[in-house]
Amino acid sequence: MGDYIENAERLRYVNHSFRKIDAEQLITGKPVYTQDIAPAGCLQIKLLRSPYANAIIEEIDPSAALRVPGVEAVFTFHDVDQNMPRFTEAGQTYPEPSPRDRLVLDRHMRHVGDVAGIIAADTVQNAEKAMKLIRVKYKVLEPVLDFHTALDNKVIVHPEENWEALSDVGADRKRNLCAHDACGEGDVEQALSESDVVVDRVYHTKAVHQMYMEPLNAFCTKDAFGRLVIVSSTQIVFHVRRNVATALGIPSSKIRVIKPRIGGGFGAKQTSVCEVYPAFVTWKTGKPSQIVYTREECITAGSNRHEMEMHVRLGGMKDGTIRAIDLYTLSNTGAYGEHGPTTVGLSGHKSIPLYHTKVWRFCSDVVYTNYPSAGAYRGYGAPQGLFAVESAVNEFSHRIGMDPVDVRLMNITEEGEVMPAYYGQINTSSRLRECLLNTARMADWKNRYPSWKVTGDDGVTRVHSLGLSLAMQGSAINNVDVGSATLKLEEGGNYTLLLGCADMGTGADTILSQIAAEVLECPLEKISVCGADTDLSPYDSGSYASSTTYLTGRAVLRAAKELRMNIIRIGALLIGCPEKDCDFDGTKVYQAAPSESGAYSEKEASLFDIAAKSTGGNNIPVVVTATNSSEISPPPYMAGIAELETDLSTGESWCVHYYATVDCGTPVSPALARVQAEGGILQGIGMSLYEDINYSADGSMVENSALQYKVPARPDIGKIHVEFAPSDEKSGPYGAKSIGEVVIDTPPAACADALYNACGAYFRTLPARAEDIAMAAAGCGEP
Amino acid sequence: MNVTINVNGKDITDTIRPDELLIDFLRSHGCPSVKRGCETSNCGACTVHMDGKAVLSCGILAVRCDGHQITTLEGLQDEAKEIGGFIADQGGEQCGYCSPGLIMACIAMFRENPSPTDGEIKEYLANNLCRCSGYQSQMRGIRGYIAYREKKNG
Amino acid sequence: MFTAQNYIKPKSLEEAYALLQKRGNRVVGGMQWMKMSSAACAAVIDLSELGLSGIKDEGSAFSIGCMTTLRELEQDPGISAFSQGAVKEALRGIVGVQFRNLATIGGTVAGRYGFSDVLTILSVMDTQVELYKAGRVPLASYLASPPDRDIVVRLIIEKNPAAFTYLSVRRTRTDLPTLTCASSLTQGPGAYLRIAVGARPGAARCVEIPLDQDLCREFYNGKPERLEEAALCLARKEITLSGNLRGSAQYREHLLEVLVRRSIRQQLAKLTETASFHESRAPRERTHEE
Repeated sequence: MGDYIENAERLRYVNHSFRKIDAEQLITGKPVYTQDIAPAGCLQIKLLRSPYANAIIEEIDPSAALRVPGVEAVFTFHDVDQNMPRFTEAGQTYPEPSPRDRLVLDRHMRHVGDVAGIIAADTVQNAEKAMKLIRVKYKVLEPVLDFHTALDNKVIVHPEENWEALSDVGADRKRNLCAHDACGEGDVEQALSESDVVVDRVYHTKAVHQMYMEPLNAFCTKDAFGRLVIVSSTQIVFHVRRNVATALGIPSSKIRVIKPRIGGGFGAKQTSVCEVYPAFVTWKTGKPSQIVYTREECITAGSNRHEMEMHVRLGGMKDGTIRAIDLYTLSNTGAYGEHGPTTVGLSGHKSIPLYHTKVWRFCSDVVYTNYPSAGAYRGYGAPQGLFAVESAVNEFSHRIGMDPVDVRLMNITEEGEVMPAYYGQINTSSRLRECLLNTARMADWKNRYPSWKVTGDDGVTRVHSLGLSLAMQGSAINNVDVGSATLKLEEGGNYTLLLGCADMGTGADTILSQIAAEVLECPLEKISVCGADTDLSPYDSGSYASSTTYLTGRAVLRAAKELRMNIIRIGALLIGCPEKDCDFDGTKVYQAAPSESGAYSEKEASLFDIAAKSTGGNNIPVVVTATNSSEISPPPYMAGIAELETDLSTGESWCVHYYATVDCGTPVSPALARVQAEGGILQGIGMSLYEDINYSADGSMVENSALQYKVPARPDIGKIHVEFAPSDEKSGPYGAKSIGEVVIDTPPAACADALYNACGAYFRTLPARAEDIAMAAAGCGEP
Repeated sequence: MNVTINVNGKDITDTIRPDELLIDFLRSHGCPSVKRGCETSNCGACTVHMDGKAVLSCGILAVRCDGHQITTLEGLQDEAKEIGGFIADQGGEQCGYCSPGLIMACIAMFRENPSPTDGEIKEYLANNLCRCSGYQSQMRGIRGYIAYREKKNG
Repeated sequence: MFTAQNYIKPKSLEEAYALLQKRGNRVVGGMQWMKMSSAACAAVIDLSELGLSGIKDEGSAFSIGCMTTLRELEQDPGISAFSQGAVKEALRGIVGVQFRNLATIGGTVAGRYGFSDVLTILSVMDTQVELYKAGRVPLASYLASPPDRDIVVRLIIEKNPAAFTYLSVRRTRTDLPTLTCASSLTQGPGAYLRIAVGARPGAARCVEIPLDQDLCREFYNGKPERLEEAALCLARKEITLSGNLRGSAQYREHLLEVLVRRSIRQQLAKLTETASFHESRAPRERTHEE
């Protein structure tokens, strides 16, 4: 049977939309999230946080706090060997590219909000009461609060000797350098000097909070064998196991990690931000414990998007040919290096390869500062890099007076081309050209670009304008990520699918079931999904890097095919025919080809009988595990056009329409793929126009709550129009690539260009706030 | 303090702290559908009905609800399945964490305004944040539900 | 985290007032803003059993009990008609329906919140605050006075006919406002234009521009420019602006001009609309698709 979409018309489950298999439990509000299933009587954990950006704890006295009724324990740096090996919270494959630069409790506070003490009490109220009574004497040090001057600063964020980098990412902690890289091809300086036009600009994106609705939270108990059982809202059960083991200095065999339903993650839960605390408390006290971050903690001490500054030099000819792209990215990883070395790579490797220029250079530095640690957020460096490179392409188009659509049609990478800046991979599947043309058609670009005026009922005239951006991402980390699936035929003739990846609400469990159902020719109801649980699930890197459908999906496909073969083998025995003559139609094994004598057997073996047979006198496995890793990471592609309505006087700007076409290969569930696109686009719009993180002079975050940090609400967005142009990716299950991340990538450059087309000023810092727009439109200088 | 709060038709009497929020009272009395997503009244995940009106259970003291009627999604399971089903058909519940609050707000909206326009829906549900969906699929689901109900009622 | 040791529902205002004189005791309105604070209250005083909720049309004035919710105010047909929808407009951006079902007008007034949309629109109306001990004081004086230990019992809005407008600028549509601007315009002898600006970020301030005959004639003849200049001149003098995370002082100064001019143009448009009221005021069709 074929995997690819040549057989699209024959597909019964893949490329069809189903309700998510967990939908009914979710919409009726059933207790399926971590907090809902925490046992009663857990110790409640609160964290004492540093008020200083850089300080050493000279003295810390918990004695008064310990006298508060209900307080079980207060832990300080005295309870952690300051010379033990450090750990990282980043959820990454071993050896982690992120440096091991943390202790559970460190004497050195490296950002406002760094953890100075752990309080465990019977109630949150008592823990908070105790927290106020902990006396701390800090030796306040000068902080590094400007990421431009962090490199080789006299203040070293990590002076400690037990800082460790397991991977060679060019780090040098004595220089505040978390990672460094440089790569390229051709003579950039010469190509730029030969160009008619060089766009030479610096672009800046600030930290962004993921604002998953379920706060970071976890609880921990001990099982019958004295092992820690951590239940957490996480995307990465296996990495949490390793990170916690390293943090506590205990063998990972002592730890089991389970994730129930997750209330959104978007990458935030690819970092084990909060799990070490209940693990530490339960390990020390032997009692169950729970931690639930407040939204303020999620925003100020979670793992926001890396702030980046990108210097682009793009050279091109008057005819529209792009000759060279030179990108330097400076990334601010904050006080700790979670995802620092890896996010920065995407800023260049997911932007430059959109264009088939042979001359390019990409250099990057990732620096430590005394701000809260950054982490993973959907797009993972690509939104920053694409904002810069796509804005530069738009600026180039304006400089030479060409339509940005035409400039791109001339320069984009086509299917079959080698992509030097994408690690030399071949562009195995792309309908980017169709994405671009179709999106331009959807937006009526020809007739409406660049802008027009609309007078509202209130008598105010506002400008509508269009802006364009392309995007690419990857599908899993090639040669690193591992997706696995275990598929079992159960006694009643139904199946269980054990997974180690995480459905964050995206519908991954449903999509992977659809792939299994396609092979096993059974209704979705016959497949139960179980996971993720480090004790039960086959190893899976976890749900990040746009890997689930593409990578774990193929593991499911392999497991299902193998199980199908084994079902046929058992059935063949039951009906007494050679295996090779038998087939399976989802309900029974029957003779499909004539035997050597030309005869057909009337006998059939029902799935129920096969399942029953598998439990008695059977040597053929009906539990099958398949593992999948990929040598390539085929990019999904996308074109997006923002239509903004901007009040040039007040600067208020609203996205009234967003048009997008996505090439994610075969959408396994078109409905869920569409929701991925719509959700990602709105997050991208939020990052472009509204979501703003600033710091006070002391390094504390100003927009530290949902009241001050504004994500788009329902009235803030008009209509998002999404269409698909699926290519057929041979390495993906049924032709599928990824969709989870590419969808957040287009709004930044599209919105910035739409704003330029509205007011004539270019916005090179995100978010472009109403104030910036109004001031630019009023002619008060460049934004 | 002693309070008796009618939750989903049943009187619950308990002793509580004077500063206990309704959300915590409800979650500890069999209503796990009530979710906390922020502490600043913005996200709406904790929406319940107090005497028939949609309110934020993280923004009201439990003691003030003494003698009042509180309804949570646990008390409106049929409505949840019906309205939520239309949203789920679009994949619009996604992670589901905001769904109970959203559906509680929808039920309150339909009581006040059985056939709202898109603009009225957006405004009425402005207090219900969702980070997964971009709101589009939820709007399609709500519109689908309205169409279904209008057809059913002739 | 907000904490309280005790919770009391007094049976009379006198009892509530006496309780409020004790240090650490606080009156709770809808509690929406208080619960975000880290206030440690000895006792929370809840007025919800004193019958102080609801809006009464008393002929020449509206009386609004302190426990009236913002949602009740928003949906009151009498207030809506009197203010030509301006009060509703001032309320619709405040977080959301669930929030407005809890937040009370008494809490809003007593909090003297700088970011308040409601206080901005009330500032251009003839609004009195009725305090339990101090009696009635004009809203503007109340807002300018320091925090006290009196109880806001109700608001009285005198029904002096005027045309009202309300505008605000926000980072997102349900964010706290970056700047608010309300206006009221009267006609006949003693006519005036009032402009109130809130979220300065301080509490709303109101200026009043008397409409002399020249100014009136020009304005009624469709030339608002001189009135705009007069209003802006006074507003800039009397209304101080500064910066916070929602906007710099410079941005607010810019917005002040934009919103004052727009308010006056809306007033002019309303005049034209009123003049042609009988011919053209057909109800707009509601559409499902925007």
